[in-house]
Amino acid sequence: MPSNDADRPLVEASELVFARQGRTILDRVSLTVAPGEILTLIGPNGAGKTTLVRIVLGLVAPDGGQVHLRPGLRVGYVPQKLAVDPTLPLTVRRFLRLAGRYNEATLRERLAEVGAEHLLEASLGRLSGGEMQRVLLARAILPRPDLLVLDEPVQGVDVRGQRELYELIERLRSRFGCGMLLISHDLHLVMAATDRVICLSGHVCCSGQPEAVSRHPEYLRLFGTGAQALAVYTHHHDHGDACETGGEGQ
Amino acid sequence: MEAFLLRALLGGLGVAAIAGPLGCFVVWRRMAYFGATLSHAALLGVALGFALHVHVVAGVIGVSLLVSLLLVALRRQQRLAGDTLMGILAHSALAFGLVVLAFMEDLRLDLMGYLFGDILAISWLDVGIIGAGGVVVLGLLALLWRPLLSATVHEDLARVEGVNLARTELAFMLLLAVVIAVSMKIVGILLVTSMLIIPAAVARHFARSPEQMAVFAAVAGMLAVLAGLGGSLYWDTPAGPSVVVAATGLFALSLLVGQRG
Repeated sequence: MPSNDADRPLVEASELVFARQGRTILDRVSLTVAPGEILTLIGPNGAGKTTLVRIVLGLVAPDGGQVHLRPGLRVGYVPQKLAVDPTLPLTVRRFLRLAGRYNEATLRERLAEVGAEHLLEASLGRLSGGEMQRVLLARAILPRPDLLVLDEPVQGVDVRGQRELYELIERLRSRFGCGMLLISHDLHLVMAATDRVICLSGHVCCSGQPEAVSRHPEYLRLFGTGAQALAVYTHHHDHGDACETGGEGQ
Repeated sequence: MEAFLLRALLGGLGVAAIAGPLGCFVVWRRMAYFGATLSHAALLGVALGFALHVHVVAGVIGVSLLVSLLLVALRRQQRLAGDTLMGILAHSALAFGLVVLAFMEDLRLDLMGYLFGDILAISWLDVGIIGAGGVVVLGLLALLWRPLLSATVHEDLARVEGVNLARTELAFMLLLAVVIAVSMKIVGILLVTSMLIIPAAVARHFARSPEQMAVFAAVAGMLAVLAGLGGSLYWDTPAGPSVVVAATGLFALSLLVGQRG
């Protein structure tokens, strides 16, 4: 039944296990993303956030557990980093067209959605960090996705630009009604733009509403009590012993 | 025009037309050393071709594919860096090729011709192989263009958008193997990579889109063939190296006049 179908989770991942070279990177991690919901994965470097997202996207196979995507799910993806070799001459238009056969009007419309219409003719190699993120977002929303997966979408952007980008991400959610799976290393920046948070360090340390997670003892143990103050980069501490099963190597 | 010169010209221009566009991908994907590895391994292909009584072009394509797959498998293990692995494969394959050739005592092979090319000695069959190979390679490259370009820009993004990465990369390796196999007679095993890389590097200074760069690279390669063959006749220098010298000259010129877009 279609009405039922619309309520089904976009993603259901259960008991995911992933290990490489004797190192457990993910230990029985489960998550679901409901339609229209923004779920944020937060955790220190090496916590397995990117691995988890790559498993959800079907880019790597887990060693254990299962991923179910809603049938016919359209996915948009914003990778963590995109470095085009400087020998490759690529305009933003050409870059967007790599995603598939979209007409000029669609390209312009999606760029306008992310406030980057003026960049259509720009050379990809000359974009600033914030401009690049907007162009990546534009490409991700080309297929009108049901699910948008964003890996550290504010990387290389200054603090003010980061806030603007998160506002934009929230606008895109209401504009396209899509669910979002978001990776961040800073809870406070995403707090306003997220419905639910999973704090990850090899395993799920804690999860829930952003306010609750920010006060959760596991979260505070992982990020230090200083994390309650608005620290922008908190991931330089050593979290090796932060969680009992935390399988991080760095 | 003498027939041998016409054959040389057609063969050279044909190789330049194929190597240019494919060379762009080699440059964009930073695979120059991979190209060199395949071309070094080509001598083993030549040797096995003679040993197994199959055409050398088939032998070279076979060995190139084998080396490509071996490299992919070794890389998966992540024990040694890619350039170390390629160094091992390139030079061991070259050495194996020389050793296998030495075992075939009744074979009188123009080794210098294979190593540095012998464009003036190519036959009409060679020209035909270059022509047919060129049509196949450029046709497949056109079909492969968007997925390959997308994977070159970002592999994961391309895969999420539905590109079959393994198939695309395997097809690209096959095209590269064919180009090296058919170009070998023109500039030789040791100089084949230059026909892939130098024209693409020249084209970068003038191109505003990937497609433009591919066309410009083909044109730059053809200019190098014309100038190199001309110079070779005039000064009586070896033809293959002369073509490469001409290409390098074009590159130096492009540094002076070109601007980055």
